[in-house]
This record gives sequence, C-alpha cells and structure tokens, in this order.
Amino acid sequence: MTAVLQVKGLRTQFATDSGLVVAVDGVDLSVNEGEVLGLVGESGSGKTITALSLIRLVSAPGRIVGGRVMFDGKDLLTLTEREMVRLRGDRISMVFQQPKASLNPVRRIGAQIAELFEYHRGLSCRAAMVQAVDLLGRVGIPAPDRKALAYPHELSGGQAQRVMIAMALALKPRLLIADEPTTALDVTIQAQILELLLDLCRDTGTAMILVTHDLGVIAQTADRVAVMYAGRIVEERAVTDLFDDPCHPYTRALLASMPVQGDVRDRLGAIPGSVPPPGRMPLGCRFAPRCAERIRHAMTICDREEPVLYRVAGGLSRCWLAAPAVVRS
Amino acid sequence: MNLDANPAPAALAAYDDPGIVAGPPRGGFRAMLRRLWRHRSGKIGGGLVLLIIFCAIFAPWIAPYDPLKLAMLDRLQPPSLAHPFGTDELGRDLLSRVIYGTRYMILVSVVSTGIAATGGIFLGLLAAAGGRWTDLLVMRLVDIMLAFPYILLLLAVIAILGPSLITALVAVGIAAMPGFARLVRGETLSVRESEYVEAMRVLGAGTLRITFRTILPNIASPLIIYASYTMPLAVLSAAALSFLGLGAQPPLPEWGAMLVQSRSFLRTSTWVVAAPGFAIFFAIIGLNLLGNALRDVLDPKART
Amino acid sequence: MTAYIARRLAMTIPVLFGILFVTFLMKALIPTDAVLALYSGTVSEDKAAEAIAAIRAKYDLDKPWYHQFVLYVGDVARGDLGESVRTRQPVIDEIGYRYVNTMILTLASLVVALIVGLSTGIASAYWKGTWIDEVAMGIGLLGISMPAFFFGLILIFFFSVQLRWLPVMNAGDWKGLILPALTLGLIEAAPISRITRASMIEVLSQDYVKAIRAKGLPESHVVFRHALPNALLSILTILGLLIGGLLGGAFIIEVVFGWRGIGELAVKAIGWRDFTITQAIILVSATTYVMINLVIDILYAWADPRIKLG
Repeated sequence: MTAVLQVKGLRTQFATDSGLVVAVDGVDLSVNEGEVLGLVGESGSGKTITALSLIRLVSAPGRIVGGRVMFDGKDLLTLTEREMVRLRGDRISMVFQQPKASLNPVRRIGAQIAELFEYHRGLSCRAAMVQAVDLLGRVGIPAPDRKALAYPHELSGGQAQRVMIAMALALKPRLLIADEPTTALDVTIQAQILELLLDLCRDTGTAMILVTHDLGVIAQTADRVAVMYAGRIVEERAVTDLFDDPCHPYTRALLASMPVQGDVRDRLGAIPGSVPPPGRMPLGCRFAPRCAERIRHAMTICDREEPVLYRVAGGLSRCWLAAPAVVRS
Repeated sequence: MNLDANPAPAALAAYDDPGIVAGPPRGGFRAMLRRLWRHRSGKIGGGLVLLIIFCAIFAPWIAPYDPLKLAMLDRLQPPSLAHPFGTDELGRDLLSRVIYGTRYMILVSVVSTGIAATGGIFLGLLAAAGGRWTDLLVMRLVDIMLAFPYILLLLAVIAILGPSLITALVAVGIAAMPGFARLVRGETLSVRESEYVEAMRVLGAGTLRITFRTILPNIASPLIIYASYTMPLAVLSAAALSFLGLGAQPPLPEWGAMLVQSRSFLRTSTWVVAAPGFAIFFAIIGLNLLGNALRDVLDPKART
Repeated sequence: MTAYIARRLAMTIPVLFGILFVTFLMKALIPTDAVLALYSGTVSEDKAAEAIAAIRAKYDLDKPWYHQFVLYVGDVARGDLGESVRTRQPVIDEIGYRYVNTMILTLASLVVALIVGLSTGIASAYWKGTWIDEVAMGIGLLGISMPAFFFGLILIFFFSVQLRWLPVMNAGDWKGLILPALTLGLIEAAPISRITRASMIEVLSQDYVKAIRAKGLPESHVVFRHALPNALLSILTILGLLIGGLLGGAFIIEVVFGWRGIGELAVKAIGWRDFTITQAIILVSATTYVMINLVIDILYAWADPRIKLG
C-alpha cells in the first residue's frame, strides 16, 4: 500500500501577544492511496491548523517551524511557494467548513470552477466552462448550465458545499483535505454531502483526510482514524478497532460521552476539566489531569513524563498504559 | 488638503461596524491616559500641539518683534540671525507673525469644533430623543447640508455673512455640524436600546437624568474620536478660507492670510511662503498624530 | 433595475429642492445694505431712495419670500440664472465655459488620485506591516495634513520656478493642467490610499481568499482578479464623497493656479458681493454633486450582485 502523504514531526506555532503558542506539536500522520483518514479532536486541539499546515496555508502570525511532509516523494515544507502553488488545487486540494464564505461573492460559480482548468490545464475560457458545467452536474446540482451563472449567495449551504467539492476534485488530486465539511450544514444534508465526497473520491482515486469533531461522521466515512489532543496525535487506529476497542483514555472518554441510540444512561459522560491552553501545557502526559484511567490504575509516571506513541493492536496510542511494562517502571 | 466633504462618511462608516460600540474607555480614563502617554507617534503629535499652545500663550514674551509693525526698510529680508524666518513684503518679522499665528490656530480649532460639536450634539440628541417627526425633520436638514460638498457649504455661509475671521469660524463650525449630528444620533440610539438604560427606566429615572448620567458619558468616546478628525480639518479649512481672502483678513498674522499674495514671492522671497505654509503643515500633522493616538487608545479595534 | 433607478431619482428630488431653497436663502439673507453698497457710488443722495426702490423691484425683494421663491424656482427651471450684479451680463454666459474647465480639472485630478491611491493602497494592504506599508502610511499622513494650496505652491516652486518645466500660470493649453491636476490628485490620493488599504486588508482576511489560494491560483490572480473587485465595491461607496472633495478642492486650486473655472469665479464673486453669481455657482455645483452621487449609487447597485433590486 503506497503512502500518498507521510507527515513526521510537524510543528506549527503562532506568535501572539502573550508569547509563542505551539498549536501543532510534533504530529505524525500517514495517508495511503485512496483511503480516508479521519482526524478527530475537540476545537482547540489543533486539527484545523494541522490541515492548513499540510497545504501550507498557515498565515501570519502562524508559522510552520518543523517536521517533514512527504508528498509524491517531495517534502512539501521545502518547496518554494511557486512550486506549492502549482500543487494546490491540482495534486492536493482542500474543502473548508463554511461553504458560502469560501466562494468569492462577486463572481459567478461557473467561472470560479472554470479558472481551475484555465490555470492548471491551460484550457481556454470556453472549454473550461464546459468542464465546469459537467462537474456541477456530477456533484448533483440540478440544471448545471443555468446554475453555473449563479452567484454564491443564490445557493443554499448544501449546494455551495457541492460546488466546493466540485472544485476540490475537479483536477483529480491525489489528496483531498476536508476541514469540517459538513459541520455548518443542516443535519439532513450532512449525510448526502458525505456520501458525495466518498463516491467522488472513490471515482477519482483521491485519498482524503477528513478533519472533524464529530465521531459519527468518522464512523460513517473513515478507514483509519487519528485522534488529536492538545496539538498531538494520541491515538491512531483502524476505524472499527477504534470504536470496538479504544485504547487511549481520551478516546475512551470521547466515545463514552457520545449519545447512542438505545442508551439507558440518564447522564452523558462529560469529560471533566478542559483542554489546557497552548501556553500552559502540563509536564508529563497532556491528558493526565483529566484522565480517569490514571487514577484507576494509580499511575504516577503520567504526571512526570510524556509518553510517545506505542504500538497497540491495529495502531498506535500515546499512553503509558500501552507501553510495555518494563518501560513504565 | 483633504477637504473631502466631512470626515463623516469615512469615519462614520467605521461606526456601522457593531464592533465599535459606545462605552467608557477600556479600563477607565486613567488607564487611557497612561496608554496615551506611551504611544510613540502620539508623543510627537502631542509635542507639536503643546509647542503651539505654548507659543500661543507666551507669544508676547517669546516673539522678538511686534507682528504688526511695519518696517519698510527691512522688507523681504532673507532669514538671518536678526530675523530667523526673514521678513515679509511690509518688513514684518515672519517668526513673530508665525508665533502669533498660533493663537488663531487654537482659536479656530477650539471655537469651530466647539460650534460644530454643540450644534451637532443638540441636533443629534433632538433627533434621537424627539418623536418620529422631529427625527425625520432634523435628519432631512442634515442630509441637505451633506448634499453640498464641504467647501461649497463654507462658501455659502461666507457669501451670506461676509468675509472675516469670525464668519470663517462660524462657517467651519456649521459645515462640520451635520457629521456630529449624525454621529450623536446614531450612538444615542444604540445606547438607548441597551439594557442598562432599560434598567434605569424600570427604576424610574426620567429622560433628562438618563440623558446626562448615562447617554452623554457613553457617547463621549466616539465624540472625542470624531472631534479628533474634525479639528485638523477645521484648521485646514480656516486657513484655506483666509488664503482665498474669505476668512481672516490681512494684516492679521493668521497663517492662511499670510499666504494671500504668496505666488508673486515664490521665486525671489520663498521664505515668505515657506514660513506660514509649513507652520500650517506641521500644526495639522501634530493634530492628526494626536488624533491617531487618541483613536488607538480609545478604540484599538479601529486600528487595522 | 429601472425600478431602482426610478426610486433613487425620486429620492433626489427633495434634496434638489433643499439645494434650491438654501441657495435661495442666500439671496434672501443677504442684507439689503450689501445691495446698496454695490450701487451707492453711482447715485446721488436724493436719487438714492428711488434707486433703492428700483433695485428692490428689479430683484423682487419687495415681494413676500414665498413668492420670491416660486419665481426663483421658475427662473432656474427655465435656465435663467439671473444677471451678474457686477457686470449685468447673464450669469449663464459667465459660468458656462468655466464650468467645463472645472470639470476637466476635477476629472484629471480624479484620474491621478485613483492611479496613485489605488496602487499604494493595494501595495500597503498586501505587504501590511512591512516597510512598504509604513512608508506608505507615513506619506499618507503627510498627504492628509498638507494644505492643498500650499502643496500647489510647493509644486509651482519646484517645477515652474526651479526647473522651468511647466508654466506658472495657465496659458490655456493642456500643459497648464498638469500641475493643478497633480496637486489635487496627489493630495486626494492619500485618503483613497487609506481606504483602499483598509478595504483590501478586510477582503484579504476573508475565508474565500484562503479557499482561492487552496485552488493553487497565482497570487497576482488572487489579488487582482478576486480581492480587488471586492475591495473596489467598498471604495465605490465613498467615491461620491471623494469626488465631492475633489470638486471642492478644485475651487481652491483654481485660485492658486489661475485656472479659469467656476471656483476661481466664485471666490472673486464673494469678494465683490456679487450674490447672483455666487448663488448660481453654488446651485450648479451642488446639483452636479448630487447627480454624480446618483450615478455612483446606480453604478454600485448594478455592480454588486448581492444587492436585491426589488
């Protein structure tokens, strides 16, 4: 299985008034051809910044300061901006959370799709428009030839997201990064859009990184899942393994807090405490202050030293409980 | 010269943004003063303005000569030790005239802005507090005033009242009024809708009391900011009017009036033009820098 | 769209009416002594009373004010702007060609202001925080602090006196337009630059700019094809004001450079207390301003696809 993307030790930091904030702190990821990797975390976990870092769209005061992002045999972090521009939209593309806000309000949507073909494939205006209309049809927009002349504010949220997906997959990229693509949409439309994403990705052979905070979405779409907490990956597993047998205490707590059909509990299990602010990370494991397992197993090492990613069945977990016993003592 | 109508729309456009809300300055007045003190360019502006105020107050003691005294024997002398800025076409010392000119500058900025603010606040409060018809009427009046380009308004008033320093002050004041009126109306309306005014009303406070205790202090911030735009404009306008012969008349040592015949001296006696001209320029720079600093301090969100 | 235009035109009517009233007020409020002062030198004491009565009759000053107003509006509607008090010539003749001159100056200045202002504003916004931005902002501050008439004198000093490239006084040909247009244009470029910068910064921080970059389009395309049109819309909203400022500034610049436009005439007329001319010029200028704003509003409604023109 060939890896489309391999990320090692990605670090992105922000210069704020209160000092340097490391939002992405040593993230390792890999995505294989045609697979869907889910990137899950709460808001503030750094997942969106990770997504932006992969495509190098982090703007000041943020800066990518370390790591390697291997794509197509090249480290994206070493490319010039010019080379990066050529890759974006063509080999790597991105879909954002707010579909209507991601479209230029004063240009017709057909033209906005067409320019991808004009710039990356050198097509003429007319030929590009033909492609654009065809694409609109394939993402399920009715009367695509007429809708192509519409302006973004004339579309519904769902339609706008279909347009974004059309643009993202127009040139059949190897990798699509989808940052919370359905979060801003009506629940009824969410399933449709996800299905559309999966179908098209399968047709074009595009691998996808799906960033979300919604475990339900992950369950429906992902092949593998990476769980992020406080700027780090804490667990990476195949999706069925994750849901059947979560390793990391954070993942366990997340799953426990999800309302499930047929649930007979009368209280949702919320995770006590909150994500540590980026400037004030605890020594040792970042999740330790909120970890129920630590107390249950009477662990002392969690407060003192940070775990690395240890091998577990079907994946990795950043937890002392997953470490071989000899290391723990 | 930026006589683009009133600073109204550009400044007011910022007020359409709900981000800039009426309210007391962040942390209270003392904190605000402290921030002002640290502002870099504000210090330069403040320094210039203080220099001007100093000159205005102590003019009789620091000016080497009588600004009005003619000395035909010494006409058009280039800058020298005796006359650091040179002399003009009637032999008057330019340095002294520039120093005395600071008095007119202060007069203009305070009086004109005062007229504009007073009238504007009155109209604005009237429109906001009066019934629908008062509001409509006052705002129609304001709209009509704003339908004239700024300078035209000035010229119209001068045409009616005749050219003189006083009428120039009044003209500038009147021309700046509509901007204040709109601002005051807008801010008053937004404060009035806010919850603490509702609370006060529930507690039985009368309209007048609400106005003075709550509304005025809360619109103070935006008002000060707007005044900081208006003052440099007022100084500019008054100088322009004098330059055109429609404001302060010679032989008053007002900087604009000193430039009336200037073109003929440009080649041979440039200092006659340079002295008053740069005085106006630096005075306005000072006011603008101070205004910028005030704005940064009172409402950092307005800074981009 | 036509409905919108009609509605907008209708809104203009009360404003025009207001302008008419204000300019009418100008005549009504001018104390009769002013009128007398114009004639006092030419008649002897005993004939004075007669002369005064004749003048009052001629200018309808003896009728009640509302009657005067109606007469005034009627005259204006017919294109009769009265006679110059000083020269007794029809005002229309005197201000006709001057009006054109002023418009030429205003237009030329607008072109200069837009070219300089837009380019510096875009550069400032794109390289926000760098030395380019700081320098541009600094020059911008100088621009809004500089009195236009002084700037004109400075330019005259350098280009006409020192370098002798351009004539000092307007000789009637296009060369005489350069300095005045530059003076006014460069000064007005300062506020344009500031607003463009603010507008562009806002646009560039929008989500869709990030999305456009994610499509791998070159920066020049992002800035000029996508960001700029959005920013220009915001600038269009205040374009009317800027033109008003130019129009007003032109009045003063005309005096500095001896450019024979209505501004120069208005200033002289006020000095002469020739109120008919003053009144007419103000009427014409204010009306022009209102019309320009009308056109700009319509232009904006057409240009921004988000506006619903019901």
